[in-house]
Amino acid sequence: MNDDHAAVQAAMAAAAQATGGMLYPELAAQSDESVVKEGRRLDHAEGTSHPIRPPSEPQPRGARVRGNRRVSQSEAANRFIAATQHEKMHDERLWDLRQKRDRVMHRIPEWEELRSLASAIKEHTLTHLDEYLDQFEANARSNGIHVHWARDGAEHNRIVHNILRDRGATSLIKSKSMLTEECGFRDYMASVGVKVIETDLGERIQQLDNEDPSHVVVPAVHKLRTDVAQVFAKTLGTDPGNSDVHYLAEAQREATRPLILKADAGMTGANFVVAETGTFVVCTNEGNADLSANVPQLHIASIGIEKIIPRLEHLAVFVRLLSRSALGSPMTQYTSHFRGPRAGGEMHVVLVDNGRSKRLGMEEFWTSLKCIRCGACMNTCPVYRRSGGLSYGATYSGPIGLIIDPTFNRHKYSALPFSSTLNGSCTNVCPVKINIHEQIAAWRKVMAENHELPLMKKSAMKAAGILLAHPTLYRAAIASADVALNVLPRFAIYNRLNAWGRHREVPHAPHQTFHSWYRKNRGTQ
Amino acid sequence: MSSRDDILGAVRANLPKLVRPLPWVPMFDDAEPTSLLAAFRESLIDMGGDFLDAPPGEDPLQPIRQRLADAKVVCSATPEVPGNRSLSDVHVPQDLADVDIGVVRAAFAVAETGSICLTDGNLGVNALGYLSQHLIVLLDPADIVVNLHHAYQRPEFRQGSYATFHTGPSATADIEGVLIHGAQGARSLTVVPVPRL
Repeated sequence: MNDDHAAVQAAMAAAAQATGGMLYPELAAQSDESVVKEGRRLDHAEGTSHPIRPPSEPQPRGARVRGNRRVSQSEAANRFIAATQHEKMHDERLWDLRQKRDRVMHRIPEWEELRSLASAIKEHTLTHLDEYLDQFEANARSNGIHVHWARDGAEHNRIVHNILRDRGATSLIKSKSMLTEECGFRDYMASVGVKVIETDLGERIQQLDNEDPSHVVVPAVHKLRTDVAQVFAKTLGTDPGNSDVHYLAEAQREATRPLILKADAGMTGANFVVAETGTFVVCTNEGNADLSANVPQLHIASIGIEKIIPRLEHLAVFVRLLSRSALGSPMTQYTSHFRGPRAGGEMHVVLVDNGRSKRLGMEEFWTSLKCIRCGACMNTCPVYRRSGGLSYGATYSGPIGLIIDPTFNRHKYSALPFSSTLNGSCTNVCPVKINIHEQIAAWRKVMAENHELPLMKKSAMKAAGILLAHPTLYRAAIASADVALNVLPRFAIYNRLNAWGRHREVPHAPHQTFHSWYRKNRGTQ
Repeated sequence: MSSRDDILGAVRANLPKLVRPLPWVPMFDDAEPTSLLAAFRESLIDMGGDFLDAPPGEDPLQPIRQRLADAKVVCSATPEVPGNRSLSDVHVPQDLADVDIGVVRAAFAVAETGSICLTDGNLGVNALGYLSQHLIVLLDPADIVVNLHHAYQRPEFRQGSYATFHTGPSATADIEGVLIHGAQGARSLTVVPVPRL
C-alpha cells in the first residue's frame, strides 16, 4: 500500500516535471526519444525540453498565393487552427524554443550588453556599408575568392548558372539559405536543367514536399512526423506506416549521402561576413553546409550585402547571440569560417542586393537590415505560433516577415502588417534590438496612406475615425456599446463582423464608463 | 554601369545620415571558471559530445584503443594515431566516403560552449571532419580558452583558408523536435585529452 502510494507519487512527480511549462500537457509523450548522456537528457540544437508526441492528422497547407493578389494570412491561419493537432504541436514546440532561449540567456550576465553591442555594431556597419563591402571584396579577392555582385534575384540566379555551365556542372548540393528562397533559386535551376539537392533535413523535407520553408531556422516545424513519413514514403521509398523519427532521419541520411558524393558543385549561404579578413561564416547543426562546401571541388556562397560586420572581434558577439536566441542552444554544432578556397578547390561569393540598398534608405525601416535571421521573434509571436509560417504566403514569416515582405511587394503583402497583436514580445527578444512591433505599426500607417487597407478594415477604420474625432459621439458610442455587450445575445457579438470575438470571449463590459465615473466622482469638467 | 557600381552607388545614396560609432567589445572574462577543462567537459556533454580521459599516469589514448581496433577504416590526421587509411592516399574528398573513424588534433577548445576548433591544417582534408561516421579529437588541455571573445583573438582565423568550431556531433531535431545525432555529418564526436607531442 505504502509502496504503491510512493510509486504513484513518484510517477506523478516525474510526469509533472516532464510536462512542467508545457502549454498542452496532453501532448506529453509516454516514452522519451531524446539522447541521454551521463544521466542528462539532452535538448541541444532544436531538441525539445520535454518528450512530446501528438496524434496524427492530415497536414493543413499554407496561404493561397495567386500572382500579385493580396495574400490573406488570416484565411490560411484559420485552416491551420482548424487542424488542432498541428496547431497545438506548433505552438508547443516554438514556445519551448522561446523558453529554452530564456534559460540560456539567464546563464549569461552580459546578455543585455551583448544585445546592445550587436545592435550598435550592425548600425555602425549599415551606416558605412559601402566602405565595408569594398573592404570585404578586396580581402576576399586577395584570398583567392571570386567575388560577384547581383542587383536582384534574377541576376543572382544567372550568375550562379553561368558559373555552373562554364564548368559543366549539372548537380548542386546546398545548405539552407533564405536568400536563395528570396531569389526563387530552385525553380530557376530546375528550368535550366540543374538538379538542386537541399541537404538540411528540414529543408529537404520541404523540397521533397514541394513546399517553402515555414520558419527561418526550423523549416518543417509545421509538420508532424506522420506528415514526414508520407512525404518520404512517396519520394524516398520509406515504409509509409513507419513514422519513427530515428528511422526517417536515417533514411534521409542514407538517401542524401550518395547525392553529396556525386554532386558537381556545392552552395551555402552565410550568416556573417567579416570585412577585415575577407571571411564568411556559416552556422549549421547538421554539418550539411560543410559537406556542401568541402566535398565538391566548387563552392558558391550566396550572401546578402547586409550580412557584413567589420572585424573578427565582433563575430564573438553575434555567434554568442545567434543560436541562443534561435534555439536556446549555446552554439550551433558547426560554425565554419571560410577565408578562401581549399587546395585544388574553387570558391565564389555572390553578393546580392535584391532590395536591400533601397531598404537602407527607408527612414522608418532601415534597421530591419540588422536582422540575423535567428527566428526568435517568430518563436515568441502568438500569431505566428498559432498560424504557421506558410500562412504568410511570403519568403519571410512571423514578425520580421511583416516588416520585410512589404519591401518586396507593397500590394501583395499589404495585409501582413495586420497579422500582429503589437504586443512587442518580438522586440523584446530580438538579439539585435530591432523595434519590430513599432515597424509593424509604421507599416500599417504606410498601407493606410497608400490605400492598401483591406475593405473590411477600411470601413471599420473610417467609422472609428469619425467616432474618435468627435468626443461626444465617442462617449455615447462607448456607453451604448458597453450596455449592448451585456444584454446582446451571443450571435450578435460572436459573428463574422467581429474579428475579436472569433477565437476568444469578449470581456465583460463595465457598468459605467471611466468618463461617467470621473464626472460623478471628481467634480464638474 | 556594372552591377557592383550600381549596388555600391545605391548603397551610398541611401546611407542613413546618422552618427553610429563602432563600440568597443569587452572580453567578458571576469568570472573565469577554476578549471577550464572541467567547464569545457560539461559544455561538451550538454552539446552531445563525449569526453574520454584515462586515469592519471596512464596512456591517454587507452580509452579509444579498442574502438580504433574494432573500426574497419580509420583515417588519422595526427601522428599519435596511425590509422589504416593514409591522408596521402586521399586525392579527392570522396575518397573518404568509407571512413568509419576520423582522428584529428584540435587547434584549441572553448570552455564556454564546449567547442573545439579545427583548421584546414588540422584536418588535412576538410571533408574528414564530415564524411567520417565518427570523429575522435585529440585536445591538449593547455589549449582551452575561456570564451568566444578569446577564441577570436587566436591566429587560426587570420591564417589558412578554413577554420571551424565543432560543438558536439552532427545533430538535428527537425522532425517533431526529436534530437538525433548524425543528421548528415559525424554521428559522434569524442574528445580525448592528449598533450601535444
